[in-house]
Parts: sequence; structure tokens; C-alpha cells
Amino acid sequence: MTEPILALLKTIVLLFGVVLPGASACVYFERKISAWIHYRIGPNRVGPLGLLQPIADVVKLLLKEDIVPRAANSFFHFLAPLISIAIAVATFAIVPFGHYIDVGGQNLYLAIAPHTNVGILLFLALTSVAVYGLTLAGWSSNSKYSLLGGLRSASQMISYELSLGLALVGVLMIAGSLEVNEIVQRQAAGGWNIFYQPLGFVIFLVAAYAETNRAPFDLPEAEPELVGGYHTEYSGMKFGIFFLAEYAAMIASSAIMATLYFGGYHLPFVPQFLVGLGFETFAPGGLGLALLEVGTFTAKVAFFLFVYIWVRWSIPRFRYDQLMKLGWKVLLPLSLVNVAITGILMLLF
Amino acid sequence: MNVNENTQAQRLSFWEKIYLPEIVKGLGLTLKAMVAPKMTRQYPEERFEPDGSYRGRPVLVLEEEGERCVACGLCSRVCPALAIEVQASETEREKERYPTLFEINMLRCIFCGFCEEVCPEEAIVMSKDYEMVFEKREDGILGKDKLLVPVAQLQDRLAYLRRHQYYENAGPQEAS
Ligand code: SF4
Ligand code: SF4
Repeated sequence: MTEPILALLKTIVLLFGVVLPGASACVYFERKISAWIHYRIGPNRVGPLGLLQPIADVVKLLLKEDIVPRAANSFFHFLAPLISIAIAVATFAIVPFGHYIDVGGQNLYLAIAPHTNVGILLFLALTSVAVYGLTLAGWSSNSKYSLLGGLRSASQMISYELSLGLALVGVLMIAGSLEVNEIVQRQAAGGWNIFYQPLGFVIFLVAAYAETNRAPFDLPEAEPELVGGYHTEYSGMKFGIFFLAEYAAMIASSAIMATLYFGGYHLPFVPQFLVGLGFETFAPGGLGLALLEVGTFTAKVAFFLFVYIWVRWSIPRFRYDQLMKLGWKVLLPLSLVNVAITGILMLLF
Repeated sequence: MNVNENTQAQRLSFWEKIYLPEIVKGLGLTLKAMVAPKMTRQYPEERFEPDGSYRGRPVLVLEEEGERCVACGLCSRVCPALAIEVQASETEREKERYPTLFEINMLRCIFCGFCEEVCPEEAIVMSKDYEMVFEKREDGILGKDKLLVPVAQLQDRLAYLRRHQYYENAGPQEAS
């Protein structure tokens, strides 16, 4: 009985403690970093250092008129942003933010669904469903730009999902488990996956950028050709929800990257060192260790988010045929090769 | 024509073809830009002070005796945007005229500076004023009250004109 209630509580904490502040921090740093790269200063008027800029943005979006085109299918037009955000947030269910806290002999795991034995599979399934949000948005708007954007996102996401999944196969072969916590523990014991799977990580990184529709793969919303892509006909908070979903998806995939390739919440040496100094709270199950783990994990995720933004403002958008060529002719064979090499090396050692 | 040989793509080396090193180079460049000094001018606090060469709002030169303009109407005639209206009347002095009405429609003006160039009296010059905000369209039509500016404030521009514009125009013309 307590399990579902606990999961619900964790979900609420996660939504209001992680996703929303995380997304607004992303919006702020997206503006700031883009400005720095352009030799500008970026927002600095709203509040100290412009820190209230995301709030101003949200208030603006909330106050704007919500326009539904007359020819649109209003039900699906309404549903599409909800699908997008729901899928993006659902991914967090399998992400462990830390290992566990010992509360009166009971282990409180720092993940919504800590023992999902199909964790990675669930992640892949969710990324597949995410395409519905964009495609439905494009189709239901009944506008040619939106439709083109929606179709692009469909073909792009389906193409890159294969490489994404195959890149993960290498990780799964090493870990021998689909359970995310298990994979992290494995890395804590035997070294982070990035050292065993460098090629797999690069493939996963590229595919993840394509999956989240971020530059250089943001073709579904390519402004020069498609006005705004799938969200051309969206305004007000519905547009805001798409925006939020994009950032939530970015955070989610950064979290997955950190978890699967960079040891998740694992921080080498420091906890052992602190326990050696006599701080019992840093032993497994202690509150100190849990906080340390959450901090480590946050730092790793923040780094990947920074890379996301950094890449966006550095690299120009791919052309559509180049995108497809990269996905099918380069990444897919490479990920197969990666699986083969991993298999051979595992047999040898 | 279909070009198949020696295309840009074929000239790329192997390392350029696999993108990644080049991407890393590009990321390095933007990382450098991130920490480089910024160009932004914090406008209302940090104002831009133009040189004499700046073409801001055209104004009429006001001397102690009064305006220089003799209401010849050349500026109004040359203005490509049809922004100037001049109505003339005579002064007490012989053969002298002055503008009873002089209006520049700042919603039309394109800051080309032709009026300044054509004026025989150096009576209309481009100022350094670039802050033109109106609440109504009617406010965009500036009359003599707003146009007349004491000559002391326009020294930069007048010096600039003497240095460049008139000299070039008055100099010996090359046969072309
Ligand atoms: S400003 Fe100069 S050109 Fe224009 S009417 Fe007066 S004297 Fe003539
Ligand atoms: S600057 Fe050009 S457009 Fe403006 S009033 Fe003078 S001649 Fe007309």
C-alpha cells in the first residue's frame, strides 16, 4: 500500500522540485549561453542578473491568447502538447537520483520506480511514443508547415531510434541487466561505461540529440523553411507546454546519458575517503552519502545540458537528406559494429 | 550541369569527413567566445556618443541673429522622401527671405543628408540626435520650434562638413 503512495510523493517532488525548476534554469542558461557565444551579455534586466527572466517568459505565455485554427482538429490540437510533456516527464520514472537512504531499517530508494526490471526498455518505449506528440501536433493543426514538421519529426525519430537502441545494447551486454540501478551499481564497481563504450556513447549522444529535436537536428521546427514546424499553429501556454516538453526531454536524456555512461550518481573515492575520516553519514544508506550522490548526479546532468546548449549555438542545422544519410548509412552500421566489437571483446576477456 | 568530379565533398580529408574533429574545433571556438569580453552596450545607462560624421535628425542652424535659412526651398525640392515643407516670406531687409513655416516629417525622413548637401546657406545640417520617439503620428512632424538648434551645438558636424564634403565638391574635377 505504501509503495504507490511513496511513488506518488516522489513524482510530485520530482515534478515541482526537478523538472519545472530545471526547465526554467535551462531556459535562462539557453539565453545566457547563446548570448555569451554571440559576445553579448544576455538577459540582465529582470531581477538580479536577469534571473527572473524565465518567470517573465512564463507569465507572458500564460497571458497570451490561445488560438486554435478554425480548420484544426481541436481535440488532437489540445492533446498533442499534453502527450509531449507527459512522455518527457515519464522518462524520469526510471532515473535514479541517488541510491537509497536508510530510514529506520527501511531503504528509501531515490527513484520513482527503483526496481523496474525493464528500465531501459521503458526508456526506449517512451522515446518511441514521444513522436506522437509532434506528429499529432503537425497533423491536427491542418497547416502545411505544421504537417511537414510533424512528418519530419516522425521519420527523423524513427530513424534515430534504431541507432539509439543499438547503442544501448552495448551497455546492456556489459551490465547484463535492464535495471537502471543495477547498471549504475555495476559501473560503480567496475568503472564507468564511457571507458568501455566510447563509440557507443558518441552514437547515443548524436541519436539523443536527434530524438529530442535539438540542433543540429532540429529539422521538425526548422524556421527558415517551415516557419515554426509542428508548433507553427500553437500559441500561448500550449506553445509553452511544447517548449517545456523540449527542455524536459533534454533533461531526461541528459539524465539517461549520465546514468548509463558516466556512472549516474556514483562519485568515486570521495565517500570512502570521508568515511575513512570518521563521517558515518557517508556510509551506504546514510543521508550524507545520499545528498552527495544527488549532488553528483545533478552536476553530471547539468554538464550534459550545458553541452546540449553549447552544441545548439555552435553547429548549423543539417539538411534533411544529410540527416537521413547520417542516420541510416553511418550511425546504424556503426552501432551494429559497436555491438559486434563489444561481443567479441567480452568473449575474449 | 552535373558536377561529379573534384567537388567540395571529395576534397575533404578523412578526418573532415567524419565530422567529429571539426565539430570539436567549432565547439572550441564557441567556448572561447563564451569567455571573451562582451560587446554589449548597456544603452540607457551607457549612451552612444556619435562623431561629427554621424547623420542623425536634420536640424536648422540657429545663430544669434536668427536662423540661417533663407527659405530657398532647395532642401524641400531635393528631399527624396518628400519630408520637408517650406513656406517663405520676406524680411524687412532687402532681398531677404525667411521661412514662415519649416516642417520635417520625421516619419518620412530617411536620413540621407541630401538636404544638408544641397543647402546653399549651410542652414540645415544633420545632428547627432538619434532618439526620436513619438506617441502620435502628428508628433512626428517637427516644426521650427523643434528644428532650430544653436550653432554652438553643431560645431562637430560643421567642422566635419568643411573637412570633407565641401572640399571634395569644390576641388578640381577630374575629367571622366
Ligand atoms: S534650409 Fe537651406 S536649402 Fe532649405 S530652404 Fe533653408 S536655405 Fe534653402
Ligand atoms: S535627410 Fe534626406 S530624407 Fe531627411 S529631410 Fe533631409 S533630404 Fe529629406
